[in-house]
Amino acid sequence: MTKLLEINDLTVRFSGKRTVHAINNVSLSMEQGETLALLGESGSGKSVTLKALLGLLPPKRSSVEGSIHVNGTDVLSLSGKALQRYRGAEVSMVFQEPALALDPVYTVGHQIAESVMRHKGVSKADALSTALDMLDRVRIPSANRRLHSYPHELSGGMRQRVMIALALACRPRLLLADEPTTALDATVQIQILLLLRELQKEFGMGVIFVTHDIGVAVEISERVAVMYAGQIVEEGTTREIIRDGRHPYTQGLLAANLHDVARGARLNAIPGAPPALEVKPDACPFAPRCSHVMPACRAALPPMVTTEGRRRVACLHADAVVAAE
Amino acid sequence: MLTYLIRRLILVLPVAFGVSVICFLLVQIAPGDPLTAIMPVDATAEEQDAMRAAYGLDKPLPIQYAIWIGNLVQGDMGKSIATGRPVAGEVFGAVQNSLLLAVSAAVIAFPIGTALGFLAGYFRDTLVDRGVTAISIAGVSVPNYWLGIVLVIIFSVNLGWLPSMGAGPGGSSEWQWNWEHMRHLVLPAVTLAVVPIGIVARTVRALAGDILSQDFVDALYAKGMSRVDVLRHVARNAAATALSVMGLQLGYLLGGSILIETVFNWPGSGFLLSNAIFQRDLPLLQGTILVLALFFVAMNLIVDVAQAAIDPRIQRT
Repeated sequence: MTKLLEINDLTVRFSGKRTVHAINNVSLSMEQGETLALLGESGSGKSVTLKALLGLLPPKRSSVEGSIHVNGTDVLSLSGKALQRYRGAEVSMVFQEPALALDPVYTVGHQIAESVMRHKGVSKADALSTALDMLDRVRIPSANRRLHSYPHELSGGMRQRVMIALALACRPRLLLADEPTTALDATVQIQILLLLRELQKEFGMGVIFVTHDIGVAVEISERVAVMYAGQIVEEGTTREIIRDGRHPYTQGLLAANLHDVARGARLNAIPGAPPALEVKPDACPFAPRCSHVMPACRAALPPMVTTEGRRRVACLHADAVVAAE
Repeated sequence: MLTYLIRRLILVLPVAFGVSVICFLLVQIAPGDPLTAIMPVDATAEEQDAMRAAYGLDKPLPIQYAIWIGNLVQGDMGKSIATGRPVAGEVFGAVQNSLLLAVSAAVIAFPIGTALGFLAGYFRDTLVDRGVTAISIAGVSVPNYWLGIVLVIIFSVNLGWLPSMGAGPGGSSEWQWNWEHMRHLVLPAVTLAVVPIGIVARTVRALAGDILSQDFVDALYAKGMSRVDVLRHVARNAAATALSVMGLQLGYLLGGSILIETVFNWPGSGFLLSNAIFQRDLPLLQGTILVLALFFVAMNLIVDVAQAAIDPRIQRT
């Protein structure tokens, strides 16, 4: 069976007023139907990776190297009609802020139907009935009425459900979810996460779930890839990452959560800030913030060490297990 | 939608009342006695009083207003002091000519302005954008009466292609749909179109640029929409605001073409207005201003209703 996703040595650089090396030699692969969480803080390159996957990076201001294959299709070589057929049908995306990602002057039914008509070549009436079915599947109450609602008439949670219905209407093999719960209330967040998990099981598609919230990553995904400064620094099953995070950055993220914190105690934040990425990192980008830093860390990029199976860490300490503090 | 329409129509009434009061009072405030313009210099005080009484100008202002408005609702706008002809006929003839000129200018300006603005917004920060911005700034900044005179010098005096004045052959003020009449329309309409081209282009550029940078455009591409589909979405998003700007521009074109009508001797409302001012022709002045102002109110109403019909976010109840 072909791999669902195969990213090799992906490098994205933005040029313009200042150069940003947003993604540096990222490799990643996914099996069919797998759920992967891309975990990292703002500016670590999570969203850029998703945009590259859909060919949405502005061609004039960005240069993309490496390769991306989805079900064997070379995504970076697609253009024109072939790219349009691929987007939304093979891979689709749920955006972070549904209020901004839906066109305010069209009904939600129209916006779903539009996509169905394009990819399935069906009539407007058939597309609308597909849209209605999708609204039902994302558990929108009185879907028939909601079909003719405009985005501003729906609540934030409803809008995100519509966004999910829209993304799944053409049964993509891979769903990209770009922090889909960040803009929502905590209670609504859980509902949306559960919904996504159910729909993933129902449709059997692969999901890449971008988040900065390690709790969300645990909830939704089988595997976790931790990104820092445009690189993947660690990847493993969710269980491995949680139980036995090897990279000091992963450990820092795990330590920074709010569970088991005594009232009044200082929170375990990672000191410092991520690098600006104006030049391509030639040493471990986490070295300036790392408590286990050695001279070798500042001398060269640490190699990616594959320990067992698909578990890998880009840290010189990877073998000598660092005692978690 | 219907309730919105009715509510909006009812709101027009107080506005119209206010407009009529202001029209009436403005003319009273203006310096100069209308009688001096039509009476012989050596008229006696008795003769002046008699004339004043004949036009009802000796009564207190509220009474004058009541009489004026009472006649107005019956379609009688009084008689012109200068010519003695009914004001209604004069005003409507002139407003028709102005409307013709304004609509012609709009037909030229709106499509060109929209196309230029769209191009500039789509190709933001490129040479195309800079070119369009230069054109629109020039269009807004160049005094259009000066441009009118320049066009007359080029196309009428030097090349002899188009007539320089009037609305028809031999200064005819009766419009007819034939080539002879339409030739007279070309220069004033083109001249008048220059400012709205600039304004519409700048508005549409800002709108298109703003809408294209929104997330939903990315989302549209992400679900496989083509460039044409995306532009259709952008156009629908921009339509409400663009239409309101165009509607107001049409209002300005109608009332604000005094200089152009004077340059081209176009027998429109602006022309009529300037004559009425110089002759202190109160009834004519009041009537013309009122009709123009009410037209503006009507334009606003149409724009509001059109906007509500296009953009679902505007409260429609």
